[in-house]
Amino acid sequence: MIHPLVYDIAHLLAGGMVLVSFMLLYQDRMHGLLNVFAFHAFILSLSVAWEALIQHAPHLFITAGIALVVKAIIIPVALHRIVRRLNIHRSVETVVGIGPTMLAGMGLVALSTALMLRVTAEADPLARQDLAFALSVVLLGLLMMVSRRNAVSQVVGLMSIENGLILAATGAKGMPLVVEISVAFSVLVAFIVIGIFLFRIRERFDTVDVQALDRFRGERQ
Amino acid sequence: MTLLETNFLADFDATSAILLIPLFSALVLALLPGYRLTSVLNVLASLLTLLVALSLFVARPEQGRLLFVDDLNVVFIALNTLVGFTTSLFSASYIAHELETGRLTPTYVRFYHAMYQAMMFGMNLALLANNIGLLWVAVELATLTTVLMVGIYRTHEALEAAWKYFILGSVGIALALFGTILVYVASQPVIGEGLDAMTWTILIERAAAFDPALLNVAFVFLLLGYGTKVGLAPVHAWLPDAHAEGPTPISAVLSGLLLNVALYAVLRFKMLMTANEAALAPGPLMVTMGLTSLIFAAFMLYRRRDIKRMFAYSSIEHMGIITFAFGMGGPLANFAGLLHMTMHSLTKSAIFFAVGNIAQAKGTQKIADIRGLTESHPVLGWGLVIGVAAIAGLPPLGIFMSEFLLVSSTFAREPLLAVLLVLGLLIGFGALLLRLSGLAFGAPQGSLAPVKASYVPMFAHLLLVLGAGIYLPPPLVAWFQHVARLLG
Repeated sequence: MIHPLVYDIAHLLAGGMVLVSFMLLYQDRMHGLLNVFAFHAFILSLSVAWEALIQHAPHLFITAGIALVVKAIIIPVALHRIVRRLNIHRSVETVVGIGPTMLAGMGLVALSTALMLRVTAEADPLARQDLAFALSVVLLGLLMMVSRRNAVSQVVGLMSIENGLILAATGAKGMPLVVEISVAFSVLVAFIVIGIFLFRIRERFDTVDVQALDRFRGERQ
Repeated sequence: MTLLETNFLADFDATSAILLIPLFSALVLALLPGYRLTSVLNVLASLLTLLVALSLFVARPEQGRLLFVDDLNVVFIALNTLVGFTTSLFSASYIAHELETGRLTPTYVRFYHAMYQAMMFGMNLALLANNIGLLWVAVELATLTTVLMVGIYRTHEALEAAWKYFILGSVGIALALFGTILVYVASQPVIGEGLDAMTWTILIERAAAFDPALLNVAFVFLLLGYGTKVGLAPVHAWLPDAHAEGPTPISAVLSGLLLNVALYAVLRFKMLMTANEAALAPGPLMVTMGLTSLIFAAFMLYRRRDIKRMFAYSSIEHMGIITFAFGMGGPLANFAGLLHMTMHSLTKSAIFFAVGNIAQAKGTQKIADIRGLTESHPVLGWGLVIGVAAIAGLPPLGIFMSEFLLVSSTFAREPLLAVLLVLGLLIGFGALLLRLSGLAFGAPQGSLAPVKASYVPMFAHLLLVLGAGIYLPPPLVAWFQHVARLLG
């Protein structure tokens, strides 16, 4: 019999991710959004590390480390720089208002909990709650992607979806290839950040030439 | 990681060769300068992969825990490497022209060839994977490499298309991963923890004991996720842009191969679902998505102004037909689906070869600016006419046969669905012939520059399609019938 505290901590961390997903939904400043995302990734790494401990699966520490270093530090820092450089930090354009988005988010969490708890009646209880939380995080990330117009916030939405998936993968006891999958995801995320950089410059100044960008900002005469 | 490495190195056989040749060539091509050398090497590597893939029919390597060859995927692999080879031939002459006109620089060409082989590696890995996690990683790899190729011209439109493809593709594969995790959660109590619970050959044997409710939810995620990559409506939005803005050889490979690879993934999971009696029947879901795609794309064909975009919609239409066929299931419809998939791959890539040459000769992709091709460029023009006639489903070409089989078998089982199917087919048929008459006949318009590219790949494909329409060799029929029974 596993100590109830073990469950409670796993529960707390996974539930924390859902809460932070909600926080992502109502951010209206770009830097705030990125900070909350870094926090999201940080909780993910704690949650994965906890799973590694209680499942006695040391390889999951690698996944936790990747989440911490890449997603909670490197990516947010890089995106902060891009945002500052492209001067787009003022506000996040939303398609729908914050209120309706939050309500829709609550509906999605209710839906995913109702669905996952019903279909996983026979699965391992730890995996069960993790899946319900993970699906909530995934759906909230999707909601964020459709309710934002800006490329950076869409990417943050996509990365929060990925965080949810890593949570689900680590919660499924003894799932093989989790480390490989999280590495594959990191590659994907790296591409996204490079892509955003090229794309945003293009969109605003109609060229990918960084010198031209400097000219537009009046730094070169 | 280590598992992968030991498996690759421990037993070197045909399966690993199909993966190692493209992987190694990708590395070499990234290092070598000079487009002449690299394009020849690209062709050679693709030919070598094709030869090894064909050897699978004769001598089948032992099934491993990560990679395996069975009667189903051997068909996909042969088709994949064949079209990969002919497209590399076409791409060699196409790229030479792009260099002359300055649309691509030598550095980009080097990158292009390396990515071409990396993409072939990703697709072959997806087809050979015996592990559903590995399958997912491979599809992601193929997505990433094609995203880079779509954006290679770096025009505003190309970057936008690549971005759209990237975001939608990522959401798609994210959903597919969630489905994959759910399959593991369903199989873990039955098979136990570890690699076995994700190994497809073991999954299919034990699938009957899995929790059906979990499998149902998993399949919905997998169908939506991999369905995005198949280009099924309503999650098809990336497909026309990606086809229109990338280099034409890539459009040919996207339509001819990548969509099939994603469909293959859907089929594997469909087989899992059918193996579990209590689970939801996957057929109706696939039939609905297939029919929606078919009818939607057929209507969209009328309003196209860009020639590559038009054939991209035609690909959505045909993937819809194929998904419909596999959704109907049963030996006859599955047979039609397999045949249609093969014929569509060959025909659509032949059409894209023709379109690539046309766009280079005319200097435009706008349908309105291209007229009277049969007069200005007779060989090319008639090649396009045959290709479009084939894709529209005119007899005696191969697609007519598969469509006829599908329609007649559907009429026997579900007359109402057959009416919808025929309606979609006819609408698409009308649109294609309407556009074709403008493109191919009438007074020539625009540039009359001669085409320097080779016609061999295009006519090789068209000959195969014509041949299959007139006479299907009995061994091929027997093989397809056998695979159709496997698909259930």
